[in-house]
Amino acid sequence: MGRKIRVLIAKPGLDGHDRGAKVIARALRDAGFEVIYTGLRQTPEMIAEAALQEDVDVVGLSILSGAHMTLLPRVVEELRKRGLDDVLVIAGGIIPEEDVPALKAAGIREVFGPGTSTEAIVRFICDHFGVRPEDLKTVGETVIS
Amino acid sequence: MQDPGALFEGARAGDRRALARLLSLLEEGGEAAAQLSARLFPYTGNAHVIGITGPPGSGKSTLVNALARAYRERGETVGIVAVDPSSPFTGGALLGDRIRMQDVAGDPGVFIRSMATRGSLGGLARATREIIRALDAVGFQRIMVETVGAGQVEVDIAQAADTVIVVQAPGLGDDIQAIKAGILEIADILVVNKADREGAAATLHILRSMLSLGQPAVVRHHGRAMTIQRVEPSREGWMPPILQTVATSGRGIPELVEAIERHRAYLEESGEGEARRRRRIAEELAALARERLWARVVHQVGRARLDGLVDQLLRREIDLHTAVERLLE
Repeated sequence: MGRKIRVLIAKPGLDGHDRGAKVIARALRDAGFEVIYTGLRQTPEMIAEAALQEDVDVVGLSILSGAHMTLLPRVVEELRKRGLDDVLVIAGGIIPEEDVPALKAAGIREVFGPGTSTEAIVRFICDHFGVRPEDLKTVGETVIS
Repeated sequence: MQDPGALFEGARAGDRRALARLLSLLEEGGEAAAQLSARLFPYTGNAHVIGITGPPGSGKSTLVNALARAYRERGETVGIVAVDPSSPFTGGALLGDRIRMQDVAGDPGVFIRSMATRGSLGGLARATREIIRALDAVGFQRIMVETVGAGQVEVDIAQAADTVIVVQAPGLGDDIQAIKAGILEIADILVVNKADREGAAATLHILRSMLSLGQPAVVRHHGRAMTIQRVEPSREGWMPPILQTVATSGRGIPELVEAIERHRAYLEESGEGEARRRRRIAEELAALARERLWARVVHQVGRARLDGLVDQLLRREIDLHTAVERLLE
């Protein structure tokens, strides 16, 4: 069966719009990832706990509320507290350019602004794990192999 | 890669990260999974496994959430396995059952794991039973398994759970849907969820009449009372109760918990539980043996010869039975 790359898509904080998160979740599914979506209004603790239980490789955070400077580093902190140091953490949403360096310093590996193509996100994750996008698409178990 | 034995010890001692890693190893399959499975097998057989199945949108996840809360209030630990489908085209999956399980997601006495079917068609993933056993072996007392949205043939859950709950909701199908063979037959308990919605009474009525088809009944035909003999004996003395719930508000949940307890007691007292466990493990043994035998055949025959046989089949030069004979020569 082999390893599938598992991605948690989560929305920290209180904003009530998850269209962007759903678009990303769907695009990653179509790229061949196993995507776990946990819904709106997640605390950093809830996100880290879900990442732990689901043993994900990637945590994608979508945030529109403006609270990214407090919430995103706290998610990284909660992940580390649980020993999830090797999880790739990326973020997207409404995040001003000038905040990006500080977020990266806090452990967010990449920040994708509005207008980023979903292909770019897929490519970023693939590059990180050293796999080719076409290799993600394995359908179940082949009978003869 | 961590040593499987160390992972299991860690998980048994309550290390949730170790448990999560262990579940991934089991899901990946292969040699490490086989070793782990062997390691934890002696510790299994203690949990009560509850299967929750039913059509998409009937409220399975919300019901699991409500039941998990009830069990937590009773002081029991709860493991949850939630299965959603993999895309047949990309192998990708969107696993969204956790959205409805937020009430218990942060509870240290609850562990929720989402699984993609990865090509399995029976409503569960191939490794789901391994995952159930692992949760059992590390000490979870109740294990709830939510299948993919299932309608008719996705009945693998009957082979994996002690108590199967089939969830229906108003407005999802007519009475012919209800009497088709398949999913309703595996129900130990039937639940009409969203019972506050329009049409709930009709759904309840349909399910009742479907169940009573198996029982003798007196009907009036042109004014004369006639007894219709039951079509088949009811299953081993257990008549599946039909309950109404509103999982979002908790209405009907105490009654459901009680019905589950009654079924659990019935399984033990009647010997049916033992019979089911026996049937289940025998079938799992057969399935695993089939898989291994096939792998051995492929290995011995070789890929090239196998492809050659497939070519011959396509050209209609040989038939399937002959091809099998040649494989087994």
